[in-house]
Amino acid sequence: MIRVDQVSHQIGGAPILHDISLEIPKGGITALIGPNGAGKSTLLSLMARLQVLRQGEIHIDDMQIGKVSDRVLARHLAIMAQSTHVSARLRVEELVAFGRYPWHRGRPGPEDHALVEAAIARFGLGPMRARFLDEISGGQRQRAFVAMAFAQDTDYLLLDEPLNNLDIAGARSLMRLLRQMADEDGKTVVIVLHDINYAARFADRIVALHEGRVAAQGPAAEVVTDALLRDVFGTDAEVSVIDGQPVVLV
Amino acid sequence: MLGPLAVLSLFIGAVPVSLGGFLHDPEGQQLLLVSRIPRTLAAILAGAALAVSGQIMQILARNRFVEPMTAGAGQSAAMGILIAAMLFPATAIWAKMSIAALTTLAGSLGLLLILRPLPPTLPLLVPLVALIYGGLIDGLVTFIAFQADMLQYVGTWMTGELSGVLAGRYELLWLAGGAAAACWIIADRLTVMSLGEDAARGLGLNTKLVTGAGLVAVSITTAMVVVTLGAIPFVGLIVPNIVARRMGDNLRRAIPVTALSGAVLVLGTDILGRVLRAPYEIPVSTLVGLLGAAVFLYLLYREPARAA
Ligand SMILES: Nc1ncnc2c1ncn2[C@@H]1O[C@H](COP(=O)(O)OP(=O)(O)O)[C@@H](O)[C@H]1O
Ligand SMILES: [Mg+2]
Repeated sequence: MIRVDQVSHQIGGAPILHDISLEIPKGGITALIGPNGAGKSTLLSLMARLQVLRQGEIHIDDMQIGKVSDRVLARHLAIMAQSTHVSARLRVEELVAFGRYPWHRGRPGPEDHALVEAAIARFGLGPMRARFLDEISGGQRQRAFVAMAFAQDTDYLLLDEPLNNLDIAGARSLMRLLRQMADEDGKTVVIVLHDINYAARFADRIVALHEGRVAAQGPAAEVVTDALLRDVFGTDAEVSVIDGQPVVLV
Repeated sequence: MLGPLAVLSLFIGAVPVSLGGFLHDPEGQQLLLVSRIPRTLAAILAGAALAVSGQIMQILARNRFVEPMTAGAGQSAAMGILIAAMLFPATAIWAKMSIAALTTLAGSLGLLLILRPLPPTLPLLVPLVALIYGGLIDGLVTFIAFQADMLQYVGTWMTGELSGVLAGRYELLWLAGGAAAACWIIADRLTVMSLGEDAARGLGLNTKLVTGAGLVAVSITTAMVVVTLGAIPFVGLIVPNIVARRMGDNLRRAIPVTALSGAVLVLGTDILGRVLRAPYEIPVSTLVGLLGAAVFLYLLYREPARAA
């Protein structure tokens, strides 16, 4: 379980998050949604100790962010940040293999190799495994980064807008893979999505952020409403229920 | 390629010597031991270490186009030598070298600090700022040297060349070679660094420690080369770029190739410099500079979009 207790955050004096308290249960997919600038990335990077937590507490199971070492946390929680700008020229398979770094710290064993192979196969990267990251499409690169996070083999997987750059087929297949990881491997996935429909379709729970506050949380059917679109997203788009699932008609 | 070049290097110089001369003539043996072997080793060590230090600096600065020798580190080393000469004129080489290593460390740290706020979306800004930074320190060194009437003294460290290398006067370069070898030991960590600060910390890497280790390695290399031979620019720029293009940036595999290529480049240009206008010599730094400037421009124009 990820427990966020009264977390506030400022950047350069500007308040970004206000007194956020939140519980993300173990297992399943939790989607973070909200308009641009709502603080989704900030909250995710605080959970992953990429920014320094100054006010409030965050616990990942019994590990407290700020107290637990980076090395230990890296075996429990993987983070894929929003901008995955990598200047290094690495091959797809090399990138995925670095997901094992927290476990072997430079000396990969047979188990590490096996898990890397599994990640490459699962994410369909076999045909492009020997290509350099700057020689594949943006969507393929995105998948390689998720595969790396998967190879890290952590209980928690935090992903910031992994559907960026993906076409509809790529986006759906990635969400299905995440679904599979949650259902079959028991992973806890926290994912920032900007497309509410993907959140409603694939996530077990949705947390909506608005101006640094939690505006709504719960299952999609409860959260995704006309009122949410109006008050949080500032749009008069309507929600229709199809097959018992809310769908935003854009 | 390095092997034949090294053998060639032993036979080329102002005084011609044959294999028989090295084997049987005591004077020839003396020449070999005191001058030719040290000179060859110096070129190999300096070339390998400079190329690797460039590769490390490019990871730390997150930009392919910076190179310690021209981006402040080389100039800071000259500053260190100048300070040592002014404050403690009579001190031994190791004092000069320590002070130079420290100023180089400060200089490279300064570079990283001023590069940090630059947006990754404007990759060409980084080498530009780095060159200006190097130029500033260079100007400062020149100014101080001018005031202290030591311009000529400093000048000898500004152009790197190997004609003065003799046994007993190049051994500091083993330290540079050692620093490069140490980088190979932490190659995986450095490659993880190149994924970016966030991704690296997400993988549990102590990024501050690795940055510190990288900076120390770069500074030792640069300072030792400048103290022993003088500044040799561009090796750290063109070699890593060409190696990255051919085999990528997985440093576990790339560093040995980079080191070897750097050694070939410096040794090759040194031999060329000895041959072109024999019996006079053209400094290594001049030849490498010519070659490097051309390759640098080619690299800049070849992939502007993916420069970072
Ligand atoms: N480095 C930064 N400096 C200043 N403001 C920032 C910085 N990063 C984010 N912000 C501000 O924090 C707010 C939340 O940003 P972010 O968490 O990235 O939002 P989201 O991911 O929901 O779009 C925005 O208003 C943004 O302008
Ligand atoms: Mg964001």
